[in-house]
Amino acid sequence: MMPLLAAETISDYLTDEWGWTHVAALASAAMVHVALLGAFFGLPAFAGIWAERKVSGRIQDRLGPTRTGGRFGWLQSLADGIKLLQKEDLWPNAADSMLFRVAPYIVVIASFTAFLFLPFSDNWVAMSLDVGLFLALAILSLEVLGIILAGYSSGSKWSLFGGMREAAQMVSYEVPLGITAVIPVLIAGSMNLNEIGRMQSGWFWNWFIFRDPFTMLAFFVFFTVTLASNKRAPFDLAEAESELVGGFHTEYSGFRWSLFFLAEYASMYFVSALGVILFLGGWWTGIAPIDDFFRTNDSWVVNYLGNVLGFAVLLIKSSKLVFLQIWIRWTLPRLRIDQVMTTCLKYLVPISCFLFLGATAHSVMLPGKSFFFIDSGLGNRAAEAAVIAEPAQSESEVSVAHPKDADSRLALTANSTVSEEEH
Amino acid sequence: MEMFLFTVFAAAACGGAIAVVLSQNVVRMAFYLVISLGSTAGLFFMLSADFVGATQLLIYVGGTVVLLIFGVMLTASGPFLTIKSSPGSMVLAIAVGACFLMMVVGTVLQVDWDGNAARLEGQYGASSLDRPGYNQHGEGHTTRSIGTALLGARFDKDLGKNREQPSTGYLLPFEIVSVHLLVVLIGAAYLARAKRRVHVPSEF
Repeated sequence: MMPLLAAETISDYLTDEWGWTHVAALASAAMVHVALLGAFFGLPAFAGIWAERKVSGRIQDRLGPTRTGGRFGWLQSLADGIKLLQKEDLWPNAADSMLFRVAPYIVVIASFTAFLFLPFSDNWVAMSLDVGLFLALAILSLEVLGIILAGYSSGSKWSLFGGMREAAQMVSYEVPLGITAVIPVLIAGSMNLNEIGRMQSGWFWNWFIFRDPFTMLAFFVFFTVTLASNKRAPFDLAEAESELVGGFHTEYSGFRWSLFFLAEYASMYFVSALGVILFLGGWWTGIAPIDDFFRTNDSWVVNYLGNVLGFAVLLIKSSKLVFLQIWIRWTLPRLRIDQVMTTCLKYLVPISCFLFLGATAHSVMLPGKSFFFIDSGLGNRAAEAAVIAEPAQSESEVSVAHPKDADSRLALTANSTVSEEEH
Repeated sequence: MEMFLFTVFAAAACGGAIAVVLSQNVVRMAFYLVISLGSTAGLFFMLSADFVGATQLLIYVGGTVVLLIFGVMLTASGPFLTIKSSPGSMVLAIAVGACFLMMVVGTVLQVDWDGNAARLEGQYGASSLDRPGYNQHGEGHTTRSIGTALLGARFDKDLGKNREQPSTGYLLPFEIVSVHLLVVLIGAAYLARAKRRVHVPSEF
C-alpha cells in the first residue's frame, strides 16, 4: 500500500508521518485542495475560451486564432489573459463603487465553490457530501447574485437591463433545473454525486439517460436549462451584444471583466460535468469489462490508473457537452426575454414535471428495468445501498452502515443530540 | 482552527447584520444580508449540519436575490435610492431588538454547557468528538437521518428497543404545509390575474 493512501486525508498524513501540528497540517491540506481545484477551475476556462474562438471561427468559415503558441493558436487564452491584466481598472462615476468592485468576486467565488462538490473520478472529490448536488445547485445560484449586483451597481442603463434580464431568467430556469436534477436523485436514491455516478457503472445502458424514456428526455431538458443558467446563446440575454452593448459587464474592464469570463467558462464546464455525472455515466467508460478490470484489481496501482482513466473519460464527456454549448451558441439566434420566460415557465416546467412523474411511475412499475428491458441491476444495487441498521451496544448509539463501503467513513452513527429527551 | 473559522463566520454574520441596519441603500442592504445569511450557513457547516447549511444557502440567499429584484423594481425611483426611517420607528425597533437580544442572551446563559459536555462524554466516551462515523470533525451526513426521519424511521430512537409502535414520521405535516404553500401561490396568481381581466375589457 502506498504510504500516502494509508492516511484517510492529507492532513492525517502530515500529522502522522511528518509530525506536523494539527492546525498547520489542516491549513496545508486546504492549500493543496485549493491548488488542485484551482487548476481544474482554470483549465476548462483556458481551453474553453480557445475552443470558443476556434469553433466560432470554423462555423463562420474563418480560421480563428492560428499563430499564438505555434500551431492552432492554442496559447490564445494566455495572450488574452495577459492583455486583460494590463488594462486599466476603471469604474464609472455613477457606479456604486463598493458593489461594483465586489460583484466579479462573488461570481467567481460562487463558480469556484461549486467545483468543491464535483467528483472528477470515483472518490476523487474535494468534499463528498450527502447533500452534494443540492449544495452545488444552491451555490451556483449565488453566481446570479453577483451578476445582478454588477448590473445594478454599474450605474448604466445597459447594465441594469442586463442584470434585470438575468434576474428574470433565473426565476424562470431554476424551477425546471431543480426538477430535472431531481430525477437522477430519485433513481439513485442519493444526492451524493459520487454515489449517483457509481450507480451507473457497468455497460452504457446502465447510464441514467438510457434507463427509461423519461430520463432520456430529462437529460435534454436539463441541458437546455443549463444553457440558460450559463447565459449561453440562445439564452444570452444578460449580455446581448447587439442590443445592450455588453449587458451586465458593459462598464467593466481589465481584470474584473476577465473574472466574469473565467467564471462563465468554468461554470459551463461545471454544468456539463454535472450533466455527465447525473445522466451520462459519469467517469465510467460504459464498457463493463474495462471498468471491472480496473475496479476489482487488488493492486492499488491499477486502481489508481482506473481512477485516472475515469478522470480522462469525465473530461472527454464534459468537453463534448461544452463543445455542444459552443456549437449551439454560434448556430442559433438569440431569443427575446419573453420567449425565454415562455420557454422555461410555460413549456419546460410542465414537461419536467411530467418527466418527473413518469420516471417515478417507471421506477415503481418496472423496478430495475431499463428502457430496453435489460436487467440493469439498478434495483439490486439500490437495495444493496439501502440503509441497514444494526442494534448497537448503547441504547441510543446506533451505527447505520452503508454496505457498499461499510468500512469507509460513510458509516454514520445517529445523531446523539436528538436522543437527549430519553434521558 | 475551528475557533478561528468560527470567529470569522460569526464576525461576518454579526457585522453583516449590523450593516443591514445601518446602510440606507436598498441594494447594499441586500448585499449585507447575503453576507450575514451566508456566514450563518458557514456556521451550520461547521456544526456538520450540511443539509441545514445548504438549505440556508438555497432558500435564504436565493430568496434575497428575489427580494433584491422586487426591492429595486418596486421601490426605486432614482438610481441609488436611500431609505431613511423616522425617529419613532427607530426607537420602536431598538426597543424590540433589545428585548429579543435579552431573551437570546438569557437563554444562552441558562444552558449548562459544561454539564452537557460531561453528559455527552459519559454517553460516548471522552473522545466523542473524534469517534468514527458521525462526529463533529467528520463530514456531516445528516441528510440520510433527516430523510429517514421524515418517513418515520428514527434510528436514534427506535432501533434496539423492540417498540410496539415506531415513531411517527413527519411526511404528512410536510405534505400539508407544501400543499398549503401551493394553494397560496395559486391564489396569489389568481388574484393578480383577476384585476387585469376586469380592467382590460373596460378600457378598450
